[in-house]
Amino acid sequence: MKSIKLIIVFLFFCTTLVAQDDTDLMKQLEKDSNKTNYTTATFKSTRLITGHTIETLGKGILDVRILHRFAPINRGLYDFFGLDYASMRLGFDYGITNNIMVGIGRSTWQKTYDALFKIKILKQSTGAVNMPVTLTFVSTFATRSDLARKDTLNNRILINFADRTSFSEQLIVSRKFSNNFSLQFMPIFIFNHNKIDSINTYTKNKDNIVYGQKRKNTFALGFGGRLKVSKRVAINLEYYYQMPDAKPGIRFNSLSLGVDIETGGHIFQMHFTNANGMTEKSFITDTDDKWRDGYIRFGFNISRVFKVGKP
Amino acid sequence: MKNIAILVLILFITFINSTAQSYFTKNGKVSFFSAAPFEDIKADNNQVISIINGSTGDVRFSLLNNAFHFKNSVMEVHFNESYIESAKYPKSSFKGRINDLSKVNFTTDGSYPVVVSGELTIHGVTNKVSISGTISVSGGVITGTSKFKVNLADYKISIPKVVKGNIAEVVDLDVSCVYEKKI
Repeated sequence: MKSIKLIIVFLFFCTTLVAQDDTDLMKQLEKDSNKTNYTTATFKSTRLITGHTIETLGKGILDVRILHRFAPINRGLYDFFGLDYASMRLGFDYGITNNIMVGIGRSTWQKTYDALFKIKILKQSTGAVNMPVTLTFVSTFATRSDLARKDTLNNRILINFADRTSFSEQLIVSRKFSNNFSLQFMPIFIFNHNKIDSINTYTKNKDNIVYGQKRKNTFALGFGGRLKVSKRVAINLEYYYQMPDAKPGIRFNSLSLGVDIETGGHIFQMHFTNANGMTEKSFITDTDDKWRDGYIRFGFNISRVFKVGKP
Repeated sequence: MKNIAILVLILFITFINSTAQSYFTKNGKVSFFSAAPFEDIKADNNQVISIINGSTGDVRFSLLNNAFHFKNSVMEVHFNESYIESAKYPKSSFKGRINDLSKVNFTTDGSYPVVVSGELTIHGVTNKVSISGTISVSGGVITGTSKFKVNLADYKISIPKVVKGNIAEVVDLDVSCVYEKKI
C-alpha cells in the first residue's frame, strides 16, 4: 500500500513537473520575443483641434478634411448664434510612409492656399527600445490670394508673393501617459510678413485696427492634451501662447476646447474656440477676439480616411 | 522487491520524461478575416508563440494583439483602440490538450486530424472551446494548422451600431505554425 501511495505521489509530481516545464517554456519564449512596443493612438487625429498633433497618417492613407468655423455665438438668435456665417477649409492629407505625410488645403478666410509637410522623428515605445516621448516636426506654408491691386487696364494683379505668404516650423513633443490621457507641447515659429490689412468682420476691435502695420515673425508656445472618456469619445484642449514682443495688441492667443467622436473611418471634431483661421499663421497669430468678451465660435472638423495607396 | 518495483517505475517515468518531446515556435501565424461590404477586414500576426508537448498533448498559444498587422493602418488603430483594446488586454492565448493523442505519431510522416479542447482567452474573456485542426509531420518537421470561427459577442467585443453593417459578428481565424524541436 505504502508503495502505491508513493507511486501516486511520484506520478503526480512528474505530471506537475511536465506542466511546470510547459509554463516555463512559454514564459521563456515570450521573453525571447520581447520586441519594441510602439505607443499608438496618442491622439485620435492628425489635428488636436486646429493645430497639429504628433500623429501622422499611415502609408497610403488619404484623409479628406472639411473644417468649419462659424461666427461668434454672442451674435445671438438673429444670426442663429453665429451659424449663419461659416468659414471653411477643405484639405487633403496623404501618408507617404508611416512617418511622413503631406497635405494641401484651401481656406475661405483670406482665400488662403496652404501646404504642409509632417514627419515623425521619435516614437514613444517600451520593450527593447525605451522612448518616453514622441517627437514630430511640422512645416507649413500658406499664401493668400485675396491681396490684389488693379493695374491700369483694371486687371486684378496679386501683390508681391512675399507680402502675402507665411511659413511655420513646429516641433511637437507628446507623451501618452495612460490609455486615456495624453499631453503635448508644441513650440512653433511663424514667419509672417503679411501686413495687417484685413480683420474679421465680426470682431469687437474692428474700429481700432491700424491697417498696413507690418507683422513680425512670431514665436508661440502651444500646449494641448486629450482625455478619453470612452472608447470612441475624447475631450481635447489646445492653447497657443504668443510671445508678447511680436503680438499686436489687437490680437489674442487662441484657446480651443473640443470633443472628438470617432466612428469607423470618420472622426468628428466639434469645438468652441476664439480663433477664426484654420492655418497655423491665421489661427495662432490672427485671432481677433477673447473668450472673455463672449467671442466664442462653434466649429467642427470632419475627417474621412480612405485607403488609396498600396501599403 | 517493492523497492525495486519503485525504482523501475522511477526509471521508467524518467525515461518517458526524457524522451517526451516538446515542439515550439516563436513565429507561428494567426490570421483573421471577415468579409465586409466596403473593405474586407484581414490581419496577420506572424509572431505567435506556441508549444506542443508530445507526451502530454498539451498545446499552448500566446500572441500579442498589437502584432496583428492590417493593410489599412487606420483599421489597425481601430482594432487596437476600439475592439481588442490592446492596452487593457495585450495578449490572447489558448491553453488546451489534444483529445486523442494516441492517434498522433510525431515521429512518423503523415497527416493527423486532431481535436484540441481547452480555454481560449481573447479580450480578457476565457471560454472553453473545442477546435479541430491538423498536425502534419513531414521529414521531422511538425506543422499545426487549424481554421475556426470566433463569435465576437462571446468575447465581449462589441460593435457600435453605426458600423454594425460593416463588421461581421463572426470572424474566421486561420492558424498555421511550423514547430521546432526543443533542444
